[in-house]
Formats: sequence, structure tokens, C-alpha cells
Amino acid sequence: MEESLKQILELSLTLLMLGGAVCACVFKDLLNAVIAGAFVSLMAAILFYVLQAPDVAMAEASIGAALTTAIFVIAIKKTKRFEEE
Amino acid sequence: MIVGLYTMLTKKNLIKVIIGLSLFETGIHLLLVVVGYIQGATAPIFSKTTGSSAEMVDPTPQALVLTAIVIGVAILALALSLAIRLHEYYGTLNLRKIRELKW
Amino acid sequence: MRIVISCALLIILSLGLVFALEQAPLGSNHIDKKDKPGRYYLDQGMEKTGAANVVTSVVVTYRGFDTLGEVTILFIAAIGLGAVLYSRKKEKRDQKEKPSASLILQTGCRFLFPLIVLFGTYVFIHGHLSPGGGFQGGVIIASAFLLLFLGCKEKKIPMKSMNAVESLAGIIFVGIGLAGLYWGGSFLENFLPRGMPHMLLSGGVIPIIYIAIGFKVGAELAGIVAGLIERNP
Repeated sequence: MEESLKQILELSLTLLMLGGAVCACVFKDLLNAVIAGAFVSLMAAILFYVLQAPDVAMAEASIGAALTTAIFVIAIKKTKRFEEE
Repeated sequence: MIVGLYTMLTKKNLIKVIIGLSLFETGIHLLLVVVGYIQGATAPIFSKTTGSSAEMVDPTPQALVLTAIVIGVAILALALSLAIRLHEYYGTLNLRKIRELKW
Repeated sequence: MRIVISCALLIILSLGLVFALEQAPLGSNHIDKKDKPGRYYLDQGMEKTGAANVVTSVVVTYRGFDTLGEVTILFIAAIGLGAVLYSRKKEKRDQKEKPSASLILQTGCRFLFPLIVLFGTYVFIHGHLSPGGGFQGGVIIASAFLLLFLGCKEKKIPMKSMNAVESLAGIIFVGIGLAGLYWGGSFLENFLPRGMPHMLLSGGVIPIIYIAIGFKVGAELAGIVAGLIERNP
């Protein structure tokens, strides 16, 4: 019972990550794409925790979700915001 | 990981390409950690309640992925600074137009 | 045309990946033999180095040279960023055009900043006992500085002292390595006494190295964010 529950959790996390990555590719507004990238990073951090690696999960959650998003938003502010048609 | 590669190959805007680079690296790190996983084993940290060291996950890929994540953020910072300079110099971030403007 | 070629290439690549991963022993116990490095780290790691966190002992002691290389890469990235974003003409900045933050945000920032720095320090001091360590704690401290940049705009962040802290931490790290060469016999050797496990002062030279790494990474990333913000468009 517990084995299949863990498999359902891993499969749903992987599907959410795939959906978030496709969204980050398709969105025209660059700010929305960056937030989708942060969502993918958060799902990856939870998946690292399920795979019994707590150090890597902490590093990925702090670096991928906080610092990468902050650096991207600062860079977008200095350049364009919308992708061209 | 495949979605990240597709974004890097086909998109025109430079910042979208850099977002694709970040997605690609996250996929690769997941692949590396999955290689060292043993079914039914627990995390590689000793404490007062864990048992022997016979059933622990392999600690070697985790150490390497820890280093790789920090290097990834350094690459992103440098790439974004170059993108800011490009935007100031050329006025646009469209990769096709930059290729035409150069010659 | 470009989309079609890249799709075909990616399909071939993913088929190759699936085929290669079929033959890898995923999930099974593949480090059971006695001569694999994973088994050696797990069995002998606690007695030889005295740290309860096996990943920490692998990163600092067994593969310490890779950590030195990573610290060097961060340093080069910070230097490259400072060199690319160098502004030659000093425009005068208008203090009036930036809207100051609201009162709730300012009070919250001033209240939260010491708490986040304390939490980051806790994470990298207890690096050898619980999950965490130098890099995670350093990033938490850098995000505390990011909060200070966003919230309180009239406080000046001292950039000179942050550069001095970062260089000093790097020198301490290399100095400990050279001291290990002098006393132990090889570079980055563990030469202090081990102590009892699960105590704060155990693990030889590992907590000192992690404290130096934590300070260096935190100051470096805060400097990178400051360099990106301060540039005038």
C-alpha cells in the first residue's frame, strides 16, 4: 500500500514538472516564464526529498527558487519585458 | 531536460534561451541523483536513531550534484550580465536581428 | 524549418537516452560489493572523520579539492560580472524618482533581517550534524541581503567590507589546506582531533572549513546581486 502511494507521488510530481517546463517555453510574457521556471525548481526540490537526498533538496530549493528568480527579475527590468512576435 | 534543450534551440529571445538553460540543468541534476538511489534505503546521515550503514543511499552523486547546483547559478549570473550589455549595445534582444546587424 | 530539425534531433536523443538507461541498474543495491567507493564512504566515514553527515565528509574531506575548484569558479564569476558591468561615466542619481517602500514593508524588513541571518548561521555551523552545510547557509544569508535591498532603500549597504570579508574567507580556506600539508602530510588533510560524534566540536577541521565557505558564498552572492541592481540603465 505504501509502495504504490510513493509511486503515485513520484509520478504526479514528474508530470507537474513536465507541464511547468512546457509552460515556461510557451509563455510570451517573460515574467510569467520566470515564475514557471521557479515552479519547476520547487517541484524538483520536493522530488529530491522523496529520493532521500536532504542536502541536495535544501540547496536546490534555496538557490533555484529564490536566487535564480531574483536575478532573472532584475535582468528583465533592465531589458525588455515582452517577447517579440 | 528535453524541454530545456528544445527551448534553447528554437526560441529567438535571448532571455528565453537562458531560461531554457536553467531548465536543462535542473533535469540533468535529477538524472544524476536518480542513479544513486536504492529502493527501500534511507538518507545517508547518522543520528541517534538510525541503524547500521548497510541500508543507506549512495552518497557520492549527492556530493557532486551539490557542487553542480552552485556552479549553475554562477553561470546564470554571468550569462545575464552579458545579456544586459548586449541589450545596451544593440538595442534589441532578438537573436536573428543581432546576427544581421553584426555584418 | 528550424523547428522540424530540432524536433527530429530531440526525438533521436531521447530514444538514445531511454535505451542507455535500460541497462543501468537503477534502484537496485549496486554498491554492495566491498570495493565500491560508496560502500567505503558509508562504512568508514563515521570513524575516520568523525562527522555524522556522510555527504558533508565526502564534500569537504574526501573530495575537498573539488570544493576548492568550485569556490574558485564562484570567485571568477563575481570578477567577470564586475568587469562586464563596469560603468564608466558617473551619472548623478536622482533620489526623488525612486518611490520609497510602504511602512509595513520597511518595518518587516528591519525586523526579519537579523532572524534570517541567524537562521543561515545556524544552518552552516551545524553542517556536519544535520542536513545543510556551507553552501545552503551562505545562500540563505545572501537572500537576507536581497530582502534588505528591496525593503529599506535609504540604508547604504557597505560594499567594501563585504569584499574584504569574502577575500579573507577565501584566504582562510587555502590557509587551512596548506596547514594540513604542513602537519598532516597531504593537502587539506584532517589534522585536528576528532572528538566524539554528534557533538558540535567534532569532526576535526570540517566545521572551520564550512564556516569559511559559508561566509564566502554569502558575501559573494550578495555582491553579485548588488552589482546587478546598482547599474544605471
